[in-house]
Amino acid sequence: MYSLVKYYHPYISPFDPCPPMKVKSYRTPPNLYIGFQPPSLPQFSPREALAHGTLWPIFYSPYPGKGKEEMTRE
Amino acid sequence: MWLYEKKLQYPVRVSQCNPRLAKFLIEQYGGADGELAAALRYLNQRYSIPDKVVGLLTDIGTEEFAHLEMIATMVYKLTKDATPEQLKEAGLAPHYANHDKALFYHNAAGNPWTAEYIQAKGDPIADLYEDIAAEEKARATYQWIINLSDDPDLNDGLKFLREREIIHSQRFREAVEILKEEQGKKKFF
Repeated sequence: MYSLVKYYHPYISPFDPCPPMKVKSYRTPPNLYIGFQPPSLPQFSPREALAHGTLWPIFYSPYPGKGKEEMTRE
Repeated sequence: MWLYEKKLQYPVRVSQCNPRLAKFLIEQYGGADGELAAALRYLNQRYSIPDKVVGLLTDIGTEEFAHLEMIATMVYKLTKDATPEQLKEAGLAPHYANHDKALFYHNAAGNPWTAEYIQAKGDPIADLYEDIAAEEKARATYQWIINLSDDPDLNDGLKFLREREIIHSQRFREAVEILKEEQGKKKFF
């Protein structure tokens, strides 16, 4: 199984003017990995499908928003 | 032709009075990777693309107008009750000077929408790859707007729109596979 977020550690200079964000991230949504959609995939119920924006769980890509990854310095 | 259903594709709720968010959201209204650019790009490209994928461009181009309507609703709700003073605080004074509270097709920096944002090359692979790139750019734009917004109800709608970009990208990628005509041929290279 693939991950929907990738992380990397950018170079940090001793001369950087601001406190460093040590970990950066980027999103890799499921469509990058699936190719042509296989037939007969499991489906959400209609109500769940509307809430998720897709009929198929394998294409669902949650996005938590702020307060995560590089938004927080550690 | 089109049939219009007088409802939004997904409910738009805005819980906080924060006109500043309208300034960011307008990027998806009249920006280079916004919903207007997407709809016009796809609905125009479909005339000169192989028959097998015309329907896909029609469907997605139509859905983009439904998204445009959702963004318009969000912007309107955020600004309709703001005083000129509040709009000034939100950085929207230049917009107010020109448009009052009317919506207009420009991006978050105030640049008006231009057809130079979109392309129709006439080469099916070139056009579909542009469409895939446009969907990924729109997905990224939604991510950055969600990061800027702390309104959970507004973000709910934005997360729905972000997911639709992922599905559209998936379908354009499948369209490329259809045009490659190797799909399901059980050919091994």
